[in-house]
Amino acid sequence: MDVVMLSRLQFAAASMFHFLFVPLTLGLSVLTAIYETMYVRSGDKDYKRAAKFWGKLFLINFALGVVTGITLEFQFGTNWSAYSKYVGDIFGPLLAIEATLAFYLESTFIGVWIFTWDRVKPKTHALFIWLVAIASNISALWILIANGWMQRPVGYVLRNGRAELENFIAVITNKFGIYEFFHTVSGAYILGGFFVMGISAWHLLRRNEIRFFKKSFRLAATFTLIFALFEIFNGHLHGSEVAEAQPAKLAAMESLWVTEQSAPMYLFAIPDEENEKNSVELLPIPGMLSLLAHHSPDAVVKGLKEFPKEERPPVVLTFISFRIMVGLGFLFGLIAILAWIKRNRIENAQGLLKILVYMIPLPYIAIETGWMVAEVGRQPWIVYGLMKTRDAASVLTTSQVWISLTAFVVFYSFLGLIDFYLLAKYARKGPEAIK
Amino acid sequence: MLETIWFMLWGVLWAAYFMLDGFDLGIGTLMPFLARSDEDKRYMYNAMGPFWDGNEVWLITAGGATFAAFPTAYAIMFNGLYSALLLLLFSLIARGVTFEFRNKVEGDGWRSLWDIFHFLGSFLPALLLGVAFANIFAGIPIDKDGIFHGGLFTLLNPYGILGGILFVLMFLTHGALWLAVKTQGDLHARAIETAKKTWAAQVIVAVIFLGATWIKTDLFDNYFKYPYLIIIPLLGVGALIIMRTFIKSGTEVRAWITSSIHIVGVALFGVAGLYPRLLPSSMNPDYNVTIWNAASSQLTLKIMLGVALVMVPIVIAYQTWVYLFLGHKLSKNDLEYEEAY
Repeated sequence: MDVVMLSRLQFAAASMFHFLFVPLTLGLSVLTAIYETMYVRSGDKDYKRAAKFWGKLFLINFALGVVTGITLEFQFGTNWSAYSKYVGDIFGPLLAIEATLAFYLESTFIGVWIFTWDRVKPKTHALFIWLVAIASNISALWILIANGWMQRPVGYVLRNGRAELENFIAVITNKFGIYEFFHTVSGAYILGGFFVMGISAWHLLRRNEIRFFKKSFRLAATFTLIFALFEIFNGHLHGSEVAEAQPAKLAAMESLWVTEQSAPMYLFAIPDEENEKNSVELLPIPGMLSLLAHHSPDAVVKGLKEFPKEERPPVVLTFISFRIMVGLGFLFGLIAILAWIKRNRIENAQGLLKILVYMIPLPYIAIETGWMVAEVGRQPWIVYGLMKTRDAASVLTTSQVWISLTAFVVFYSFLGLIDFYLLAKYARKGPEAIK
Repeated sequence: MLETIWFMLWGVLWAAYFMLDGFDLGIGTLMPFLARSDEDKRYMYNAMGPFWDGNEVWLITAGGATFAAFPTAYAIMFNGLYSALLLLLFSLIARGVTFEFRNKVEGDGWRSLWDIFHFLGSFLPALLLGVAFANIFAGIPIDKDGIFHGGLFTLLNPYGILGGILFVLMFLTHGALWLAVKTQGDLHARAIETAKKTWAAQVIVAVIFLGATWIKTDLFDNYFKYPYLIIIPLLGVGALIIMRTFIKSGTEVRAWITSSIHIVGVALFGVAGLYPRLLPSSMNPDYNVTIWNAASSQLTLKIMLGVALVMVPIVIAYQTWVYLFLGHKLSKNDLEYEEAY
């Protein structure tokens, strides 16, 4: 393997690992803030216990999320220095703004929140976790604007041998980034919601702290339902934006080889990259792909053969990842509706409770596969249409990257296992009694 | 003009990081030597508790500002110092998780594991940052394409190591003084005693480092060219001397503030000496990475300056508030607090 491939693997490992923790940070910070606000408003001690219990899980998760985030900023320079040089004029500021607007706020007030339960009025204390939650979400906005620019570069001009900023407003209002933001953040809220519902279900099945976990559950059920439904809608919008901005990615997502008017969607297909066709195509819905991608059942959808071979993304990986994500997205909608309907007597819905426990890992899979679609589907480009990934890497030796890649995998796996163990341990332990 | 302003901001961000996270790294390095019991260790963890994470963001911002304002320098520096930077990164990750992990499972083995992580994750960054900056002061082997000719061991030359030792000692004193600010009784007394010793070592190494800098680098040229800049090293040296009086009289808050001024002085002394270079080349001065050949476009520099002028004062304001609000001395009650580390 060459330096580019190794660096890609390292970036994939580092960012996918990082993204095991980010969505729960986004989702659980908001839920914890809502629980604490409910406590401030109602004085109900169960909500204070909820803020503390879910807050503790939030912190165990946050510990790894925050430290593995630094890696991502460093890696643009360490492994993708040609990229950093070429587009740093636009990409660098977005990362720097993320740090000044979001990271300081998040990292400063998380410490304040931890250490001031007994030092400030409940209202003020709730404000601290809201600042953390808001900061996390601002951070998501800026990093996704940055990623959105890699997907659909706008507001730049090629000058002095690099891409230079020409229109800052165009960059920060890039609709690709905005769609990605809503799509990612909703996904993170769904993940947070299923996390709370799943752990609550585990305790309810054991008849443990029924009153407490019902309260946690009810709120999470409503929260999850809102975002699970919104996600289906905005996922569709995001998909049609991909169809406009990155037709090759869309063709790979659907494994569409030949350009077609009124293109159908096959509920089941097996792509065959070598022979540039699908070896199996079953259950077509006529005109569906045209409708979804371009809002009209008669629209023309570009097939992969429109693009030279070296400008097509890996089809199988993109296609399968997309199918898994979409399938899970609909499943989340369905389960969220059931959970919401049953939310007031959830302790009696044994079957649903069992399902909910097993739902916990699924949003993680959906989010990771979603990122595979976004990043693998963009290949061979690092910045779509502007810079190829193979031109973006640093000057390094393969042994340097082999060593660092191995170190990442070993070290991260170790920390990941510890974190998972601690999350499970404290999730099972249940809430503390209020002194 | 904008390039020069950003160069100053770049220096200030690094200086702020050294000043703030410096005491965390110092306390972490001192821990195995200073702590006599688990209780001592917990005082040390909690002395950093509410602050360390916010402090570390200054590093992210310093890196981010390098990327935004001088992308070419960012690319060359991070690519060239690959192994050193990844080692720094792993160390900081190792340290970062210990706060949350250490008290989550009962057992001496568990806690010792994270204490080792914490020590290594504090000592190595202090050392590596010093080594890296000393090497930058002296110039690194980069060619005309910005390609670094060397490896991790290229950086471990005598002057680089001297810089590393200086940083470790600076942070040890700084950490001991912050620990003194946050504690009372026996631990407080030992922190003060430690600061006295590390201060003495720090002075000796600082003098040697200054001498070596005279021989090994051309940082002083700028001080002859722009004599008013001499105020920076004078401030640094003055703070170092006055610090001793405050340590002796046991007024640790003042001592810590003078230590902060000293660290900022040392960092800015180097940065001002570098101007207008960001990464001098030891191969040929023509290959220097300067603010002129590495900067972003005027538009980007302008926008980022606007962001910095608005946001940095706000950040300083709320972080200062946090230090004032939670800078009190720790007591037994604080350790019994259920969310304490």
